Order: sequence, then C-alpha cells, then structure tokens
Amino acid sequence: MRKNSNKIIIIDYGLGNLHSIKKAVDYFTKDWTVSGDPAAVSSARAVILPGVGAFAAGMKGLAERGLIGALREFAGKGKPILGVCLGAQMLLSEGHEFGAHQGLNIIKGKVVKFPELAKGVKIPHIGWNKIYPAKDSWQGTILQDVPAKSDMYFVHSYILQPEDKKNIFTLTNYEGYEFCSAVREENVYGCQFHPEKSGEIGLRIIKNFIYNCHCERSNKELY
Amino acid sequence: MKNIRIIPQLNIKGPNVVKPVNTEGLKVVGNPRDLAMRYYQEGADEIIYLDVVASLYQRNLDFDQLKKVCAGIFIPFTVGGGIRSLDDINNALRAGADKIAINTYAVNNPNFISRAIKIFGSQCIVLFVEAKRTGNKKWEAYTDGGREKTGVDAIEWIKKAIKLGVGEILITSVDHDGRRQGYEIDLMKEIASFSPVPVIAHGGAGTPEMIKEVILEGRADAVSASSILHYGEYSLKEIKRHLAGNNINVRLI
Repeated sequence: MRKNSNKIIIIDYGLGNLHSIKKAVDYFTKDWTVSGDPAAVSSARAVILPGVGAFAAGMKGLAERGLIGALREFAGKGKPILGVCLGAQMLLSEGHEFGAHQGLNIIKGKVVKFPELAKGVKIPHIGWNKIYPAKDSWQGTILQDVPAKSDMYFVHSYILQPEDKKNIFTLTNYEGYEFCSAVREENVYGCQFHPEKSGEIGLRIIKNFIYNCHCERSNKELY
Repeated sequence: MKNIRIIPQLNIKGPNVVKPVNTEGLKVVGNPRDLAMRYYQEGADEIIYLDVVASLYQRNLDFDQLKKVCAGIFIPFTVGGGIRSLDDINNALRAGADKIAINTYAVNNPNFISRAIKIFGSQCIVLFVEAKRTGNKKWEAYTDGGREKTGVDAIEWIKKAIKLGVGEILITSVDHDGRRQGYEIDLMKEIASFSPVPVIAHGGAGTPEMIKEVILEGRADAVSASSILHYGEYSLKEIKRHLAGNNINVRLI
C-alpha cells in the first residue's frame, strides 16, 4: 500500500482554482495532498477534481498526466469523487465548449451551453443562487445539514445535462430556467456551484465530503 | 429576480488599501487582510482586489500578499492589476483568485483576451474599464487608475471585448469615483442597454440609496463600493437591508 493511501487527493491538471479548494479542505483536515500523478489517485481515499477553465483545456490536462484512466478506475471502484464546476462537467461523457470533446464519462450526459433565456438575462450565470433537492431529501449525502434553498456561488456559461434523471442531484432556477446544479452517481458528486466559495454553508459540503462520504466501505473492499 | 451582488473593492498599493481621490492623491485607508475579513464576515458576495499601481510600474501584483489576504475567506475574489500574461493569470488563480480583471494590457493587446478565455474560460475573465466622459453619451477608456488616456472609445471597447468573450464587465466612472455623490447612471444604463454579460458598477457610492439607484436605474447586475464601506459609514448589512426593503433581491446572512 502506498504512503498516501488514506489521503484526499486534490487533482492538479495544470489549471484551476487549486488554492481555493485547498484552503477549504485544509480548514477541516491536514490529510490531503495536491497531485497530478495517476498512482496517487489510485491509492487515494477520496478525490477532488477542481475547476476553473475551458472543457477542452481541462480534459487535455487530465489526458497529458494519464489521469483519465486513473479517475475512471477510481470511480469504478465506488470510491468518492467530488467534481467542482469544470471538475463536475468533466465527469460527464461529452462537453460542447469550443466544439465537442470527450469527457470522463463517469456519469452519462452532456455539458451544454445555457439556452437563450429571456431578453436581458445575463450569461454567464454569475452570483449566488439557491439549490434545492431534485428528489425528496438529501439527508445521508454530502448535502446533509445544508438547508434546502441555501444560496451557493455560481459562475458558469455551461450546464450539466445528465442523460438519466436519477443522476440529477440538485436543481437551481436562474431567471425562470430550471437546471441541474449538481449530479450524483453513488459516491461520485459533481457540483456546478462552488462550495469552496459559498461561505460557511458551502464549507459544510466540503466537510461532509471529507467525513461522511462512505469511504470506509470502499477502502475495505480495496485493501 | 436574481440576487444583486454587493462587492467591496480593495484598491491595493504595496501593503495597503488605498483610495484614489479623483485619481490624484492616494490615501491609505487600511490593511487588506483586515478589511477583507471584515467584509467576508459581514456578508460580502465577492471581493475585488485591484493593484492600482502594478501596471503603471510595469510589475506584477504581489501574489504572496494576495494569498495571505485570501486565507480563511471563502467567497470569490476578482483580482487585477498588472496582468499581462497567461502565467500571471495562473499565478493569481493559484494565489486564491477566482476571476481575473484585465484592463491596461488588453486595451493594447485585445488578442490577449481571446487567448486567456481559451484557457481559463469566459467566466474567469473580467474586463475592467475606467471610463471618463468626453461628451454626450461618449466616454474614453482610461488605464492605470484613471491616469492614462488610451484614445479608445470606452463603449466600443466594451462591445469588442464582449465579442472576444469576456464574462463580465467591471466599470468604473473616473469622474464619479471617490466623490461619493452617486454612480454615473447614464454610463451604467448605456452599457446595460447592450451587454449580454453581467455588469459590475463602480465609482461614486455615498449612501445605500445611491446603490439602489444604480441597480434600478442603471440596471447594474452587481455593485462595487469602496469608500462607503472602508470608513465604516455604512455596513454591508445596512446596505443590503436597505436594498431588500426596496424589493431588490440580495443574499442576507
């Protein structure tokens, strides 16, 4: 077993708001490291895939470091991943920013541009907006103890469009248009919003991911 | 109606937050770390951090200082001042920035905007424009804290940058900044009339009522303020309460 086998790995693929996410994780635990090494991913307890940037550039960064296979395999073992913003988008099969590009395909679906909304509605969607559960409740998930309709910070022009409705985890309404603001497949979560930038309530999500993401089961299976 | 963001702006010179008084003298108003923390705790929706002399002296902003200012603060930072390469952007993001404001360098190198957007995405790049009135519905773009003329029409420049893909416009009225007599409503209204991306209005806030005006009449998507907050005359809470009382949606914590 590798030394860092029980760490949370924050993926460095050459772009992104690493500092923000590092700060947020570090607020709760010192048991994390930043890495772009596929071997580190394989032996991690949980993985955070951060993101600021364009889809193609992000995927290129992952590919160059051999991280695509490592992340897919990690998810395949049922281990926890939290994708944020571009990191969430890359979890899906395909992105449509500057042409069509393959994603990680961990959750089936596409990333598409916000549709044209009413006149005067601004894109990117920037600012604080409410998230609410797609199903009845989000107890027992990383959103445990986050009140429904909490304000989270968004900044994006593209939206998550999972193929299967069951992967829609939270919804948000922007100027009358309802969209999927977070996806989930078992232990894999992708938030279009930035929990690490959403004040104290956002930090609760990071905390839940760190402490409450059922990693124990997966670890036992693996080791 | 969406939430309107209220954004304290920290103008940085060296280790201090400064306030240009009609672009001439710079007055020291405090320490960036203390002010940023105070605004975070009071419910700021974002923070703008601009090194107002980096461009002028052709140097980079102090990334280590930025890192210290951002520590323990979990809301977005828009950072600008002396940004002129993709490496500068990467360094600022790694020091804690979420969005990058570009002004001086882009005026002379518009392609820099396209290049930055290809790598970092539209949502990451904020066009920062300092506009000085030159006539009826005419403004000229200035740089370096309202010191340098560019000869470029501010409205045309904003339209061009939107085509290039900037995700947001931060607009300062050079004439109104520091006077606390109200925002330049005409300017904000003019930009709102064509901008498909969010507009952050800056320059001239003296009372919560003036902030209300620039939202309702100037149709700003976000407002940035400095003096009104730095000197403790009004707190963010008071401002937000005033706006909420006028049926403007704001995030209250």
